[in-house]
Amino acid sequence: MITGISIYEILTVTSILFFIGVYGFITRTNLISILISVELILNASVVNFVIINKYLFPEVLQGVYFSIFIIAVAAAETALAVSIIINLYRQISSVEVKDIETMKY
Amino acid sequence: MERIIFYCLGAVIIAFGIASVTSRKMLRSVIYLSFVLVSIAGIFFLIDYNFLAAIQLTVYAGGIVVLIIFSVLLVHHIEMELEMAKATKKIVTAIACLIGLGVFLTAIYSYDFNVINMALTTTTADIGTGLLSYEAGGFILPFELISVLLLAAMIGAIVIAKGKKLTEKDNQPQ
Repeated sequence: MITGISIYEILTVTSILFFIGVYGFITRTNLISILISVELILNASVVNFVIINKYLFPEVLQGVYFSIFIIAVAAAETALAVSIIINLYRQISSVEVKDIETMKY
Repeated sequence: MERIIFYCLGAVIIAFGIASVTSRKMLRSVIYLSFVLVSIAGIFFLIDYNFLAAIQLTVYAGGIVVLIIFSVLLVHHIEMELEMAKATKKIVTAIACLIGLGVFLTAIYSYDFNVINMALTTTTADIGTGLLSYEAGGFILPFELISVLLLAAMIGAIVIAKGKKLTEKDNQPQ
């Protein structure tokens, strides 16, 4: 744990980060920006897992394992999303959300 | 000393997070995202999980950010500015997010966490043994599932990104 820092302050920072991600997810109109917002949300949850593991249950490592799995799933998701975005751009020359009405291959 | 470092990291995370979702230049918003990710790796270093910090730096700040930068460069003109949502939508979303944040913070601050003061150093060997153990509390099955998932995602990404033109009629000149 961090000397002099309580769990409340860290959870405050991650909550703010989570809602920044939610705000970006709703207001952005571009697929790549939405992907960036999703990364912010996932990262806030990863930090929460690790912090709660370290402050409340320091003798086990479950939170660390779950954050490793979240990071791995996030990497797979980003790779797939980027490939879908590139494919869409080659077909309709746009990555704006409002232009996307076809998801057939 | 650690207090000051943590407050700096928190300020960097929040400031660049906001900048990353409000910037109108695509590439800049990706760079701000990478600052946020590196600061989160700093928090992992502070609470003494060096292995997680290394994973965060290599997978997120190294891999994912580079992937997003590639896609930005492939689909965008650098000078192009993004379309923004309408002002009313932004204000309504901001108010909703603030209300949600208030709910979160009241829930967090009204709960009495049972914090255990114990300085325990976790080595990478501990994490590896736990991940690969067959005993109760071991994580061998999710570990194998993740490896299969990564392989499937890799093949899927290659197949999707390689794909052909949609149909013949889309290629006809308008």
